[in-house]
Amino acid sequence: MKQIDFSNSPRIDQVGIEDRIARITARSIKKESKMQGLLMALNMIDLTTLEGADTEEKVKQLCFKAHHLHDDIPGLPTTAAVCVYPNFVKLAVNELKGTGVKVAAVATAFPSGQSSAEIKLLDTKMAVDNGADEVDMVISRGKFHSGDYNFVFDEIAMIKEACGKNVRLKVILETGEIGTLDKVRQASDIAMYAGADFIKTSTGKIKPAATLPVTLVMLEAIRDYYYKTGIMIGMKPAGGISTSKLALQYLLMVKETLGGKWLTNEYFRFGASSLANDVLLQIAKQQSGIYQSNDYFSKV
Amino acid sequence: MSRIEVLKTYKIYIGGSFPRTESGRYYPLIANKKTVANMCLSSVKDFRNAVVAARGAQGGWSHKTAYNRCQILYRIAEVLEGRKAQFVEELELQGSTKAKAQQEVDLSIDRLIYYAGWCDKYTQLYSTVNPVSGSFFNFSVPEPTGVVSVFAPQKSGLLGLVTQIASIIAGGNTCVVLAAEQLALCAVTFAEVLATSDVPGGVVNILTGNQTELLTQFAAHKDVNAILYCGKDAEMIAKIQDLAIENLKRVVIREDGDYFDEKHESPYLIFDFQETKTTWHPIEVIAGAGAGY
Repeated sequence: MKQIDFSNSPRIDQVGIEDRIARITARSIKKESKMQGLLMALNMIDLTTLEGADTEEKVKQLCFKAHHLHDDIPGLPTTAAVCVYPNFVKLAVNELKGTGVKVAAVATAFPSGQSSAEIKLLDTKMAVDNGADEVDMVISRGKFHSGDYNFVFDEIAMIKEACGKNVRLKVILETGEIGTLDKVRQASDIAMYAGADFIKTSTGKIKPAATLPVTLVMLEAIRDYYYKTGIMIGMKPAGGISTSKLALQYLLMVKETLGGKWLTNEYFRFGASSLANDVLLQIAKQQSGIYQSNDYFSKV
Repeated sequence: MSRIEVLKTYKIYIGGSFPRTESGRYYPLIANKKTVANMCLSSVKDFRNAVVAARGAQGGWSHKTAYNRCQILYRIAEVLEGRKAQFVEELELQGSTKAKAQQEVDLSIDRLIYYAGWCDKYTQLYSTVNPVSGSFFNFSVPEPTGVVSVFAPQKSGLLGLVTQIASIIAGGNTCVVLAAEQLALCAVTFAEVLATSDVPGGVVNILTGNQTELLTQFAAHKDVNAILYCGKDAEMIAKIQDLAIENLKRVVIREDGDYFDEKHESPYLIFDFQETKTTWHPIEVIAGAGAGY
C-alpha cells in the first residue's frame, strides 16, 4: 500500500462545521421518532465507570444495570457494553455471561497514555486474556503534538495486533488535548489507517470531552475513509453527553453524515455514565405523560 | 428630534438567566383596557427546564449555612430598596394608586427582612428532643421539603409574590413560580432583583403564563416535592390534590387577596415546607444521660 502522508489530511472549515451544528441543534424530534431514537440510544450506550474509587461491588451493580435498565418498563433493550478498567474485566465478563452485553476495557496506560510500549502491550493483553470484547486505547498525544505521526500510527497498529481479529479496538483521540479541528481530522485518519475499528473522542477525564463539532469532523473522516476503502469504522463520542436531547442530536448527525447503516451499536456508541438514566426518564415521560424524577430510578 | 422610547421586553427567569419562552408565544397584559406589555406565555417545557434548574440548585442552597441564607435574603431586600421607583411605576401601570403602590413596595422590602431574620432561627424553634424509653438520644430537626412549585397569588402581584417566595426559600427550598397572569410586570422585575442579589441561579425561577395550562405538570411533576396554590377555586384545588398523589407531593393552599395583613409574617409559613427528620442516636446507659429523656 502506498504510504500516506497524514500531514496532507483535509483541512476543516470551522465556520462551516459550526453552521452545520447550529442547523442540527435547531431540529425538533418528537413522538414516535423520539421514542425510537431514545430506545436506540439506550442500546448504544457503553455504560462506563472509570474511577480510582471503583470497587468490585460498583462494577457488579453497573453490570446488573446494563441488562436491567429499568424493569418497571417492559421491553427495554440492554446497553451495548460496560466499560471498565482492565482489572475488572474478568468480573464483568462473569457478571454479563449470556446477556449479550459486551465488556470493553480501557488500556494502554489510560487516560494519559504516558508509558512504555511494553507496559501498554501488557495492559492490552491483560484485558484481552481476561475476555474483553473490546479495547479502548488512548493515543500518545505528546508524540502527536511533536509531529511524530509514525510513532502514533505504529503504536495503534501494535495494539490492534495484540487485540487480534475478534477484539475490536476503539482508539481514543482525546480531542480536548488535540486542539484544532484540523488536528482532530488528522488524528482520525491516522487511527483509521492504522487499524482502529472505532474512533472515540475522549477519555472523559479532560474537558472539553465529546462535542458535536468534533464528532462531526470525525464522522466525516469515517465517511471519506469508507468511500476510499469500503471499510465501515465505528464512532464513539464519550464524556459530557448526559441528556437525551443531546443524544438524539448525535444520532441525527450520524444518520445524515454516514447513513442508516451506522445506526446500530456495531458502529455507533455513546460513552456515558449518566445518559442512561436521563433517557429512561424521557421514555417514562413519553409513556406516562408526566415528568419524572431521578428518585425513582437506580443511582448507578 | 423627539426620542423614541425603548420598551422593555419582559422575559422569564430560569436557572439564573432570562430566556424567552421556548414556545415563542406571548400574551398581552392589560390594565385599564390598555395593553401594557407583552408577556411570555410559558409552556410545560419551560416549566420542565425550570424544575431541572431548581433541582440542581436545591442541594447547594439547603447546604448553605443558615446565617448565609439570612444575608442573601437581606441582600434581596437591599437591592429591592434601590429599585423602589421602578416597582412603584410598574404597580401604577397595573392599576394601583401611587400611595398604595409605595406602601406595597415598602412592605415587600420589610417582609424580606422579616423572613431573612428567621433563616437561622426557625430550626431551633421546630427542633425537639423526644422522650423515648430506650438507650437512645432521640431528636427531630426540620429539613427543607425540596423543590416547590408555586401558583402565586393572582391579586397581589408584588407583595403576595415576595411573601410566598421568601417563606419558601428561607427554609432552604428552591421554587418554580408562576406569576399572577395579569399582574406579572413586578414578577419579572423582581427576578432581576434576585439575579443581582447573590441568590444562586435556580433557587427561584419565575415563569409568566396561564395557570390552567400548566396545572397538570405543576401538580404532577415527579421531581417536585410540594405545590403551593394561592386561591379559592375549588375545582382547581381538587385537581391539584388529585394529581399531587402521583408522588405524594405536599399540597399547601393559601389565600389570595390582601397581603398587607401581619398574619403573613409567621414562622409557621416557613414550617409548611419543612419535613421532620428524627434521629435515634444510641447512647450507652439511658440514666447516664442525666435527664428524663
